[in-house]
Amino acid sequence: MLSFRRFLASLGPGTVWLVIFVVGPALILLAYSFLTRTDVGQLGAPVTLENWQRIFGYDALFQEWVPDNLRVLLRSVLVAAVSTFVCVLLGYPLAFYIAAQPPRRKNVLLLLLILPFWVNFLIRVYAWIIILRPFGLVPSTLAVFLGMTYAYLPFFVLPVYSSVEKVDWRLVEAAEDLGATPVRAFWAAIFPQTLPGLIAGVILTFIPALGTFIVSDLLGGSKTALIGNLVQDQFGQAGDWPYGAALSFLLLGAVLLGLWLYARLAGQKGLEELI
Amino acid sequence: MRRTSPALAAYSWLVYGFLYLPILVLIVFSFNNSRFGATWQGFTLKWYGVLFGRSDVREALLGTLLVAIPSTLVSTVLGTLLGFGLWRYSFRWRTPLTFLMVIPIVIPDVVMGVGLLMLYALVRTVVPFSNGLLTVLLAHVTFQVSYVALTVRARLAGYDRSLEEAARDLGASDLQAFLRVTLPLALPGVLTGALLAFTLSLDDFVVTYFTSGSGFRTLPVLIYTNVKRGITPDINALSALLVGVTALVLVLASVISGRSSAFRRSARRGREDS
Repeated sequence: MLSFRRFLASLGPGTVWLVIFVVGPALILLAYSFLTRTDVGQLGAPVTLENWQRIFGYDALFQEWVPDNLRVLLRSVLVAAVSTFVCVLLGYPLAFYIAAQPPRRKNVLLLLLILPFWVNFLIRVYAWIIILRPFGLVPSTLAVFLGMTYAYLPFFVLPVYSSVEKVDWRLVEAAEDLGATPVRAFWAAIFPQTLPGLIAGVILTFIPALGTFIVSDLLGGSKTALIGNLVQDQFGQAGDWPYGAALSFLLLGAVLLGLWLYARLAGQKGLEELI
Repeated sequence: MRRTSPALAAYSWLVYGFLYLPILVLIVFSFNNSRFGATWQGFTLKWYGVLFGRSDVREALLGTLLVAIPSTLVSTVLGTLLGFGLWRYSFRWRTPLTFLMVIPIVIPDVVMGVGLLMLYALVRTVVPFSNGLLTVLLAHVTFQVSYVALTVRARLAGYDRSLEEAARDLGASDLQAFLRVTLPLALPGVLTGALLAFTLSLDDFVVTYFTSGSGFRTLPVLIYTNVKRGITPDINALSALLVGVTALVLVLASVISGRSSAFRRSARRGREDS
């Protein structure tokens, strides 16, 4: 009995906090997404599916199909995917380089990798405005891609690095002894070993890139609006909370689904390693 | 240790160049004697003078600290208890609880921001209050708790639960066993978690933006509203100063702790945005 009280005392407060401030808002988002727009903050308007229909481009009666918002959604996925891909191109070789250094140098290189990312995110994005604006590149799609890649590169490199560090190089030697070309040896002996880090890195890059609104807000224009900008707009100028709630819940659902799939694959340990 | 090719080394240093270029440009241009600063017009310190003369900057700095310090204290206590409990007890809901803890770390900030905005609006229909310092503080604790809990949990992971039992067998009370055995073991994790929570709070823009209302501002919110209006050299100066302070704190912390794993872990998140 006493031990149960201690159990509650240690896990209770934090759990209650998370239920109120994380589960609570999630449920509110879901509930609001089925309501109609009224005065901001008012509940009790008629229940409707209109907000969800609107996301997919339909009006209330399914008569017209105007896929503007669907286009924003697709663009968000595309921009996040391309930025993640560029992060792979830049970061994957870098992880190998760092892992191959002697211990002291390795730590310095890791610190150097992380330092820029302790600088405030807004400031890092703002710096790109200073660089790109004289070339007439703000706002532009290129600027958005650059900003995104820059913003999320370390999230990608760090998990990949921890995988690369654990690579068993004897497998490569074995592959080479068996006559494999270097390329073949890489794909057969190294790449599979780095896959867990690669997957974690892709998740950690793709998810924030999917939800961002600052990068596209500051470096892009209305043509590069992403789902994050759409959400921001519903809670700002457009003042349409129920629609904003539907969009947010869609984003939340997508992320949770991805996380759940990852948890199924990687288990409790994998979840804890994600940060 | 493996050999690396010169090509890989060159490529890697180019990537490092990419990482540092914007920050260097920012610092250089904060000393540029030009209002619209696309070209170099000579060295000046005047933007720093302009910056220190701005009362809104001082107010935003105060606001930032008024949020960061209390929220770090609250989240460190809650997170340490949570991390300890996850390590100490085996129970059915452990994986769902871990999942719940990871959610604030992975959900896009904009979703957390608007979710809390709506929660506050709903509570407001019962209890009247306005958004400001308190609402921002509660929001920050929410994303900080998970980081502290997971850091503490990771720190304790290497230790055997029977250490506490041994202390009790030797006559320690439960509280004594916790305070004199477990807490000292967890302390590096607690401190790392607190440092991380503090920086996350300083860095946060999105969640603060949605939960702060109109009367209360932190530095990131101030920077955002200024940047939206265009490039201003005094904001370059403010950014350069923040970069300097950050670098100083990090280098000191890494010299003191002698380990970079904490920084590695903490850099894996992008609270500010996203």
